[in-house]
Amino acid sequence: MNLIKMLTANDAVAYAVKLARVQVVAAYPITPQTASVEKISEFIENGELQAEFICVESEHSASSAVIGASACGVRTFTATSSQGLALMHEMLHWAAGTRVPIVMYVVNRALSAPWSIWCDHQDSLSQRDTGWMQFYAEDNQELLDTVLMNYKISEDKEVHLPSMVCADAFTLSHATTPVDIPSQREVDEFLPPYTPELTLDNIENPVTYVPTCSPTRPSSDWYMEYKYLQNESMAEALKKIKEVCREFKEKFGRFHGDLLEQYRCRDAEVVIMSMGSFAAQAKDVVDEMRDEGYPVGAVKLRTFRPFPVDDVRELATKTKAIAVVDRGLSFGHCGQAFMEVKSALYNSSHKPLVKGYTLGLGGRDIKTSDQRHVIEQTFKDLEKGFAAKESEWVSLRLEGPEK
Amino acid sequence: MRSLRDLPRSPVAKPDLAAIGVTGNWRTSRPVINKEDCQKCMICWMHCPDGLIKKNQEGFPEVNYEFCKGCGICANECPTKAIEMVEESEDEPHQNAYSK
Repeated sequence: MNLIKMLTANDAVAYAVKLARVQVVAAYPITPQTASVEKISEFIENGELQAEFICVESEHSASSAVIGASACGVRTFTATSSQGLALMHEMLHWAAGTRVPIVMYVVNRALSAPWSIWCDHQDSLSQRDTGWMQFYAEDNQELLDTVLMNYKISEDKEVHLPSMVCADAFTLSHATTPVDIPSQREVDEFLPPYTPELTLDNIENPVTYVPTCSPTRPSSDWYMEYKYLQNESMAEALKKIKEVCREFKEKFGRFHGDLLEQYRCRDAEVVIMSMGSFAAQAKDVVDEMRDEGYPVGAVKLRTFRPFPVDDVRELATKTKAIAVVDRGLSFGHCGQAFMEVKSALYNSSHKPLVKGYTLGLGGRDIKTSDQRHVIEQTFKDLEKGFAAKESEWVSLRLEGPEK
Repeated sequence: MRSLRDLPRSPVAKPDLAAIGVTGNWRTSRPVINKEDCQKCMICWMHCPDGLIKKNQEGFPEVNYEFCKGCGICANECPTKAIEMVEESEDEPHQNAYSK
């Protein structure tokens, strides 16, 4: 019998960590992630979760601690946000290069300056090239389910890569919704214990993790080959993510999309693509506009790394325009998701119009009317046959009120 | 190992004799032990960072010059100053384990 509880995303993730029987947790508090790790420490304190909680002095130490623990062959978890994730940057490369399957909960919060504790995706998108898989969830149930699925994906022998499970600050992290908590028995059947081939502390088969690779010493000159393998595993992960999401659906009856989630995209002339909680709201906008006769659809970009090039190309065959909504920005160019979608389609046989929209930075509230504006604006471009402006900012106070 | 298919998934090194190659040729000066001053306390053995000092049949410490990098820690730690760092020369490389 399943249990349905009213939970914030922070608590839903803590329940997932308990159900996954995580063995080592190290984290440093930062708003808006703190409550999640507090809940986990309560589970450990009252004996509901048999795990070691390592108190550390920074996020850099938290990530270092879980890398070491994971290399010793145990299931590990950490969580952070914004400035904390930025401080982890160096160790994120170490984790991915060492191939330790850590699962990290990232509560997306704007990076300073100016100071902000509110939501946008700049923190995790800035860690795009660290070699971590990145997943963006639209609601609290998806977050609980994604943590469980990600242990299975990350620990797969062909994948063996760390992953981030990203949640919008406050909109999800602090908002309470009903969450279906699966039974421990079902989760145990779905997620077996972590049993890596190599471990750091095995005295029968001692190994040194991450030795120096140097072109001046031919016997050690394997750096490029290790990087090739790391990238190859990302491609392998694309397949594995689909497999695990399907398996999860069969077991638990829930499916949140795998790489992308397409909503009413059949015969859609314009689709609006977004990440995180905007993707949930976009579905309401699409319903409303479909009722009015607009041929529109919504796409949730669920997996940002590895990037689903084939799925985006398949989407391109059935639509005339893709409006990509970004909650982050690569300064001097454009929004990150917009950039990736364009790059995926350049060598594709179908090239719909692709237009970028920047909105919701630093927690700026986005109403359904703003998303509707994005779709209508893209229809106007489609009528003209080209986008006069390649990307636009929405809900920006460009001009002051008339005097 | 010949191709990337032989590599383990995580970059690891397994313990092996001289996995890094012969390191004795990195040395610019070598530790030379004076048997008269040496008290056989083996403090040098304890401090050698590469574990290259062994006790010989007479009970004296003996340096493995094939791998000794000449860091000089043994000479620095020796309580009786029985170890001298002697500059390497082209004429007699990797010899002269003891001065007397």
